[in-house]
Amino acid sequence: MSQTIAVVFLAIMAIGIFLCLLRMLRGPTAPDRAVAVDTMTTTVVALLVLLGFVFKRYVYLDVALVYSLLAFVGLVAIARFLERGI
Amino acid sequence: MDVFGVAITGVGIIFLFLGNFGVLRLPDVYNRIQAGTKCTTLGAFLTIVGVGIMEPAWLWKALLIALFVLVTNPISSHAIARASRKSGVSLCDRSVVDKTKDFEEFREKT
Amino acid sequence: MAKTAPEASHQRRNFFYLFFILLIIWLALTSSFHWQEFSVGILLSLILSLILSKNYLKLGLPPISLKRIAFSIAFTIVLFIEIVKANLDVAYRVIHPKMPIKPGIVVIKTTLKQDIAKMILANSITLTPGTFTLDILGDTLLIHWINVQSENMDEATKIIGERFEKYLRVIFS
Repeated sequence: MSQTIAVVFLAIMAIGIFLCLLRMLRGPTAPDRAVAVDTMTTTVVALLVLLGFVFKRYVYLDVALVYSLLAFVGLVAIARFLERGI
Repeated sequence: MDVFGVAITGVGIIFLFLGNFGVLRLPDVYNRIQAGTKCTTLGAFLTIVGVGIMEPAWLWKALLIALFVLVTNPISSHAIARASRKSGVSLCDRSVVDKTKDFEEFREKT
Repeated sequence: MAKTAPEASHQRRNFFYLFFILLIIWLALTSSFHWQEFSVGILLSLILSLILSKNYLKLGLPPISLKRIAFSIAFTIVLFIEIVKANLDVAYRVIHPKMPIKPGIVVIKTTLKQDIAKMILANSITLTPGTFTLDILGDTLLIHWINVQSENMDEATKIIGERFEKYLRVIFS
């Protein structure tokens, strides 16, 4: 993969993450913000794997795996919190 | 093989971007979950598998991450959707039918 | 407490499923077939599946057979095609300037009994065109539909659930 293609791919993903951040700031209700965070974490996992490929670092895959695991547990915790209506 | 991997990664990234765009654009929380779940699941899956194809030594671990995303993404979205229904987020104006009442009656009966 | 014969065989089956899944995850994580790593993996999966196999009895995993494997592969292929269709569908709705959506919440019924089968059905519905599982209670599923085609319960069941249920019924029968 050439340098240009990598930069274009990473730029598109960065714009996507920025759109999610916009929704997270604007979202009228708390679940809206949670959905934005959910979408953002999935995008960041894909971004980490791609970054690992661009930098040729195998460690990034471990980071992506642990990040997706923690994001899943955290989102389920947020959902439980919203469900109780505290 | 390299071109094939780049193509798969590119398609995945386009889907990821559309998912993020849908989260910003669609009118209410349930529609946003639709876009945010479907598009990002396939997008992340294709991106990670594409990287695995470009770097064959990473393929197994990449497949593991992709499968993990494929399994956990629907579950976390489902949890958020349930929470938003329980905390009383209403549907948008363009909705045509709402059968939640039937379901609640069914819950009372059992 | 004495166990009946089917319960004991059920637990043994769960033990083997868990053992192989853990071993495959270990192999994917280490990505090497060196005998030292492999033996540590076998030991760890053996201990973990001995401790944990009791916890998965409630799921009701079926015994393995050739027919079930064939139907699982067919189910996976159908699921993947549906996922791709779902993505194109959502992409079209998001890009279109007028946003052709007609959202609504409908109720459908399922004939599946086991918890694991219902979970797979609900997750498949979440990943397929325009539908999304909000809640499950017994055999009733609450579905958010981005483009409502039918408000009737039986028709909605036929449109949404039937394409997966015919495979899942065979796998979990």
